Amino acid sequence: MENLIEIKGVRHAYTTASGPLPVLDGLELAVPEGGFVAVVGPSGCGKSTLTRLIAGLMKPDEGEVWLHGARVTGPRATVGMAFQNPVLLEWRSILKNVMLPLEIVPTKSSRAEQEARARYLLDLVGLAGFEDKKPSELSGGMRQRASLCRALVHKPEVLILDEPFGALDAFTREDLWQTMHKVKQEEPFTGVLITHDLRESIFLADQVVVLSGRPARTQYVLDVPQTGPRDLDHLYTTEAAEMLAILRHQIEIAQGRAPADEVSA
Amino acid sequence: MSWRKIATPLIAILVFLALWEALVWAMGWPNYRMASPSDLGPAYTKYWELFLVNGWQTLWRTVVGLLLAVIVGTGIGMVMGFSRTMRDALYPLLVGFNAIPKATVVPIVALMFVGAHDFNTVLIAFMISFFPIAVSVSIGLSTLEPEYRDILRSLGASQSTVFWKIALPKTLPEFFGALKVAVTLAFIGTNLMEIVSPHGRGLGALFDSGKTNSDYPLMFAVLIALAVLGIVLYYVVVALEKIFAGWAERQPH
Ligand SMILES: Nc1ncnc2c1ncn2[C@@H]1O[C@H](COP(=O)(O)OP(=O)(O)O)[C@@H](O)[C@H]1O
Ligand SMILES: [Mg+2]
Repeated sequence: MENLIEIKGVRHAYTTASGPLPVLDGLELAVPEGGFVAVVGPSGCGKSTLTRLIAGLMKPDEGEVWLHGARVTGPRATVGMAFQNPVLLEWRSILKNVMLPLEIVPTKSSRAEQEARARYLLDLVGLAGFEDKKPSELSGGMRQRASLCRALVHKPEVLILDEPFGALDAFTREDLWQTMHKVKQEEPFTGVLITHDLRESIFLADQVVVLSGRPARTQYVLDVPQTGPRDLDHLYTTEAAEMLAILRHQIEIAQGRAPADEVSA
Repeated sequence: MSWRKIATPLIAILVFLALWEALVWAMGWPNYRMASPSDLGPAYTKYWELFLVNGWQTLWRTVVGLLLAVIVGTGIGMVMGFSRTMRDALYPLLVGFNAIPKATVVPIVALMFVGAHDFNTVLIAFMISFFPIAVSVSIGLSTLEPEYRDILRSLGASQSTVFWKIALPKTLPEFFGALKVAVTLAFIGTNLMEIVSPHGRGLGALFDSGKTNSDYPLMFAVLIALAVLGIVLYYVVVALEKIFAGWAERQPH
C-alpha cells in the first residue's frame, strides 16, 4: 500500500534566545492512504512541530516530508487542520466559518454547491440548525465540531488534528469520538491525530505512535486491531486494557520515568 | 433604539441645566464669574452665524486630523504588530513622544509653521490622537493566536489574505476602543491650537475672542457648543463601531 504521508529521518531545531533547541531528531512516520495515526508523547516534545511540518508551514532542518508522492516544500491546499483552540471567526456565522477554506482554495464548484457541502458536513457532525448562529452562541464541543467541518470542507487529502478534544470535558469528548467515527465512515480521510489521551488514541486511530521526550524520535508503534475498540464499551475490555498498559509504559519511558526496555523500536 | 434610551440622558441633561441655573441664581453670581444657562440663549441667537462657521472649522479639522491619525496609527500599529524588532524599536519612542504634554508642543508648532493655521491645527489633532490607535492595532495583531494564521497559511494563503480575512477584522474591537479615546483627544488638540494661535479660527478662537471682549456668556456658550460637538463626534464613532464591530458585543443571555 502506498503511504500518503511519509516522514523520513526528520531533524529540526528552533533558534531561541538561549541557543538552538532541538525538538525533532530522527522522526519516522508513515501513514497509508485512508489510515488514521495517533501520535502521543510527553508535552513539549515536538508534536505540534510535527503537524506544522506535514502542513508545510515550516521546513525541517534535515530529512524529508512526503505527501502523496510529492516532497512537501510549502503549504498546499490539500490539508485540513483543527486545533485544541477552535479558532472560529466571531464575526462570521457558523456556515460562513465552515466555508472559509473555500475562499482560499481554488474550486470548480459553484457557490450553491459549496454551501450545500458545508451544510451537509454540519449536519453530519450534529450541527444542523446552527448554521446561522455565531460561534459565541455555541458550546465548546459544538465549536470544535464546526472547526472539524471547516477542516474537511475542501476535501483535503490529509486531516491534521492537534489535540482537538483536549480542552473538552470527558463526556463531550466521548461524544466527539463517536462523531469522528461517523465522519470517517461518510467522509473517508487520511489523518494524523495528536493527543495526550491514550484511550482516545486507541479508540480513534488504527496505529498509535509514541514519541520520545524532546528531541522527539519515533519510540514505539502500536497497531490497533481493525476490530476495535470502536465503541465506548470496548474501551473497558481486557484487550483495550492491555494496549493502554503498553502505551502508558511507553509514555513513562518517554518521560524518563521508567528505563527503556530492549524491545522498543 | 427604545424611547427610554433617548429620554434618560435627555432628562439628565435638563436636570443638569436646571441645577446650574439654580446654583448661579442662589449664589447671586454675576456674569463674569459664571454665566447661567438662561444667558446662553441670547449668546447663541446673537452669534449663531459665528457658531456655524467656527463650529464647521473645528469639526473638519478635527476629523481630518483624526483620519490622518487612523491612517498613520494603523500603519505604525501594523509594522509593530507584525515585526517584533520594530515593536522593540518603536515602542519607547512612541511612549516618550506621547508623554510630552501637547500644550507645550502647540506653541512650538504654531511658531514653526506661522500662518498655516489649518495645517497646524490638523497636525496637533493628529499628533495628540494617533498613539492609542497605533498601540491598539499593534497589540491586536501581535496577540493573534498562531492557529488563526495557520488555518489559512496551511491552505497556501498569503500574509495579506490572512491580514484582510482574519487579523484586521479581529482587531476591530480594540481599534474602535482606541478610536473613542482618539476622537476626544483630537478634538482637544484642535481646540488647543485654535485658542493659542493668534488670528485663529474655529470654536477655540471664538472662545478666545469672548475672553478678549469680556463676553462671558459667549465663552460659556462656546463651552457648551464644544461639549455638544464632542458628544456628536463620539457617538458617530460608537455608531461606526456598532456597524463594523458589533459582533464583539456580548449578547446578554
Ligand atoms: N516557534 C518556536 N520557537 C522556539 N521554540 C518553539 C517554537 N515552537 C515551539 N517551540 C518549543 O519547541 C518545543 C516543542 O513544541 P511543540 O511542537 O509545540 O510541542 P508539543 O506540541 O509536543 O507540546 C517546546 O519546548 C516549545 O516550547
Ligand atoms: Mg502542541
